[in-house]
Amino acid sequence: MKTANKTVTAERLVRDALKKAEFFKDYNIFTFLNEEGALKRAREIDARIAKGENVGRLAGVPYALKDNFLSPAGDTTAAAHILEGFSSPVTATAVRKLESEGAIMIGRVNMDAFAHGSSTENSYFGPTLNAYDKERVAGGSSGGSAVAVALDIVEFATGTDTGGSIRQPASFNGVYGFKPTYGCISRYGVVAMASSLDCVGFFTKSPEDMDLLMSITAGQDVNDLTTLPDYYDSAAATDAPTRIGVIKDFDNESVDKEIREALKNKCELLKAKGYEIVELEMPSLKYALPAYYIIQPAEVASNLSRYDGIRYGFRSEKSEHLDDLYRNTRNEGFMPENKRRIMIGNFVLSSGFYDAYFLKAAKARTLICKEYDKAFSKVDYILMPVAPNPAFKLGEKVNDPVSMYLEDVMSVSLNLAGVPGLAIPAGKTASGLPIGLQLVGPRRSDKNLIAFSKELEIDDAIEEEENV
Amino acid sequence: MGKYIATIGIECHVQLCTKTKLFSEVDNDARSKEPNSCVSPVDYALPGMLPRLNGEAVRLAILAGRAMNCEINACSRFDRKHYFYPDSPKGYQITQFYHQIIGAGYVELPSGTRIRIEHAHLEGDAGKLTHFGAYSLVDLNRVDTPLIEIVSMPDIHSAKEAHDYCKELWRLMCYAGVTYGDLYNGNMRFDVNTSLAPEGASELGTRTEVKNLNSFRSVERAVEYEIKRQTKVLEAGEKVIQQTLGWSDATGKTTPQRSKEVAADYRYMPEPDLPPLNLSSEYIEAESAKLPLMPKDYREKFGEIIAGDTLEILLDYPSLMEKLAEVALLGHGVAPLLANLFASVLLAEEKSAEYLNDLPSAEDLAALAEMNEKKELSSTATKEVFLRLFDPQMRERGTKQIAKELGLIQENDLGALEVIVDAVLAKPETAKAQEDFRAGSEKVLGFLVGQVMKESRGKANPSAVQEILRKKLS
Repeated sequence: MKTANKTVTAERLVRDALKKAEFFKDYNIFTFLNEEGALKRAREIDARIAKGENVGRLAGVPYALKDNFLSPAGDTTAAAHILEGFSSPVTATAVRKLESEGAIMIGRVNMDAFAHGSSTENSYFGPTLNAYDKERVAGGSSGGSAVAVALDIVEFATGTDTGGSIRQPASFNGVYGFKPTYGCISRYGVVAMASSLDCVGFFTKSPEDMDLLMSITAGQDVNDLTTLPDYYDSAAATDAPTRIGVIKDFDNESVDKEIREALKNKCELLKAKGYEIVELEMPSLKYALPAYYIIQPAEVASNLSRYDGIRYGFRSEKSEHLDDLYRNTRNEGFMPENKRRIMIGNFVLSSGFYDAYFLKAAKARTLICKEYDKAFSKVDYILMPVAPNPAFKLGEKVNDPVSMYLEDVMSVSLNLAGVPGLAIPAGKTASGLPIGLQLVGPRRSDKNLIAFSKELEIDDAIEEEENV
Repeated sequence: MGKYIATIGIECHVQLCTKTKLFSEVDNDARSKEPNSCVSPVDYALPGMLPRLNGEAVRLAILAGRAMNCEINACSRFDRKHYFYPDSPKGYQITQFYHQIIGAGYVELPSGTRIRIEHAHLEGDAGKLTHFGAYSLVDLNRVDTPLIEIVSMPDIHSAKEAHDYCKELWRLMCYAGVTYGDLYNGNMRFDVNTSLAPEGASELGTRTEVKNLNSFRSVERAVEYEIKRQTKVLEAGEKVIQQTLGWSDATGKTTPQRSKEVAADYRYMPEPDLPPLNLSSEYIEAESAKLPLMPKDYREKFGEIIAGDTLEILLDYPSLMEKLAEVALLGHGVAPLLANLFASVLLAEEKSAEYLNDLPSAEDLAALAEMNEKKELSSTATKEVFLRLFDPQMRERGTKQIAKELGLIQENDLGALEVIVDAVLAKPETAKAQEDFRAGSEKVLGFLVGQVMKESRGKANPSAVQEILRKKLS
């Protein structure tokens, strides 16, 4: 990661980033550009560098902030109409930690409203375009973050991953995207989607950068009682992995042929390096998607009930009575996908349905956790696809919610189990679209997992050479 | 026509007297604060805010549970209870629906009747709404004030028993030190469920719930009213409608309440932002051990030496009972006198509420009782010195010195008294009275005693004076 120093100033890095942001304007990446704020901060940092002060490990590094992180810089809208004009008095713990190391936020980036979606098409600000093909989606929900890093506008971007929202856009845009172990990074000050699944993570161009960002932001936070004490637990992961698992069920027709090919190639590479590839049966994983689409909407419906137009954000003008105010504000302020999830969530929590849906899904979740535990008693890491396909066309799935939900089929089980997953670039399709795979580890193996991903990296370099 | 048996169950909300709120670090005591001044981003439900559990509230819940002889559960959890209303910024209340911290127990009434406790749980309070004609004002100061909700079994069968249960519960919570116990300010609120069934019936009747009662008297009156009203309905052959009612002290009637939600479905869900609350048995035991003496302990201790009525009055004031126990350690037999002083003198004072917060030391009170015992102080003088002990400046001088300075110490020295008596008898204005007494008029003795008392400036012991006079005039 390029940090500022006496010759390459923070101001120069920020100006470059802002210039690139302007250049790629038509990708619709940013919901807010922090020009003034970023330049002011850059000058402050340069002044400190000039005085010989240690500014931090991210001195002057420009980054992009997903629009669901609270910070007083720019309105925090989560790309949702209902949060229009919401200027936060609070700064998210993750943002505070990044900035205390000298990072400079150059802008807020686009996402599906409230992170509901897998394409960034559910944004109030319109879709972000894929870095490799403007007719295709950026993926989602952290589409803006992925494209900002893929187009090299910033060194890194923040993201949130509730069911694949970091890993899938990372794989659609050929960058690294990491969903840490649940509880690694504080969720304080991050607009909640589904609290028991939400993870803060990052998009970077290398595993080294990812490790650096993790070591800066992970750790227990008194403001988030679900945070874990340390970045990782050395007992959770081996320093010398030998066995890599692949899941049998996923290597089938539902996954794009080129992605299966990429997975096979990586396995060959690992074998060549002396690793043992172990085929795993994980039958409970087929319950992951249905369980996820019960637990997640339930928590979503609950978390979104605070948006009532009373205290902040958008309020419908037309209302005469309290009930009208609630109804009109929420009707006008939420996107169709938000409403769909609120309805599903309230339905599965309704009295008489709780046991049949929510409780059953919670039990399936326990099964999935156990299945991962079992798998990690046999292998050190698991390698699998992130999504069943590369980036799809804009508009292709947006009116077919079920096919959009199927995008998450391979990513959600990690969130249900709380295990970490790193999306890594794994070559391109014949038509030039990036392919991503995810490396999955046991809970709290994050650091070793990221380190191990370098074993798969070398292959890319060779491939690139071959392509040239 | 058969007789109806009333069955009553009571839910009681107790506001805990923690420094900060249940889920945030802002001031929990909003009694004299501006509306909406004790509100954190968490209480205000900004996006991305997460609840932090206040350990002090957990500690107080353990004490409250133990005060009601309840099991404390080693593992409890929090749940979200959803409803839309401006008093609930999050759109849900954080409560304990599935796994509560306080399990089953019982409350013993002064009569000896035991009312079983089903469970009690921790939860956050809602904000306060004040309705005006065309608008309402919202004050969020009360949002997430820690509450415990105590749910009784339907073991109560009369208005009087409902009253006694609420009062005993209030005492228990005050003794345990978990609440300020200020009923006027809503520190404890009662929801009363009442149903009637014919005597001998195996099933309970349809119940009504009277919500938000904040005095023992209104609990009693509301139950009385409901029993009468429901009896009338049943006797007319009609059915009692299950509904939520409000109570008006002014009209003495219950009326159906404007409902917060149509057909409430709270859509309970485990609170994902709070991990399960796991308490070690060592912690529970250590905290339980801090429970001070409870009313029943005081009844055992003082039941034989203090009159029942007096004791029940004093039991409403935990600080007085604590003091009484403290003084009793210093000397046997002083408790009854002090109990009477507390009940008839202190509590009759205009400033008694103020005095209760700043009681004299046990040593001073014991010394006072001792002086009274030895007849160094008359009962009037005892009361006077007692009240002076509540004056912080006077207090510093100690009981004896105060009595001395006020010249209240009784003259018990017979020799000295004789001198005074002789002086009085030598006065010409007493000559006629002396004559009358010798002639057999008992009435005039009082006049003579009075004269001696006057001469002694009130210090003489009247019975001793009487004795000397009789001897001298015989």
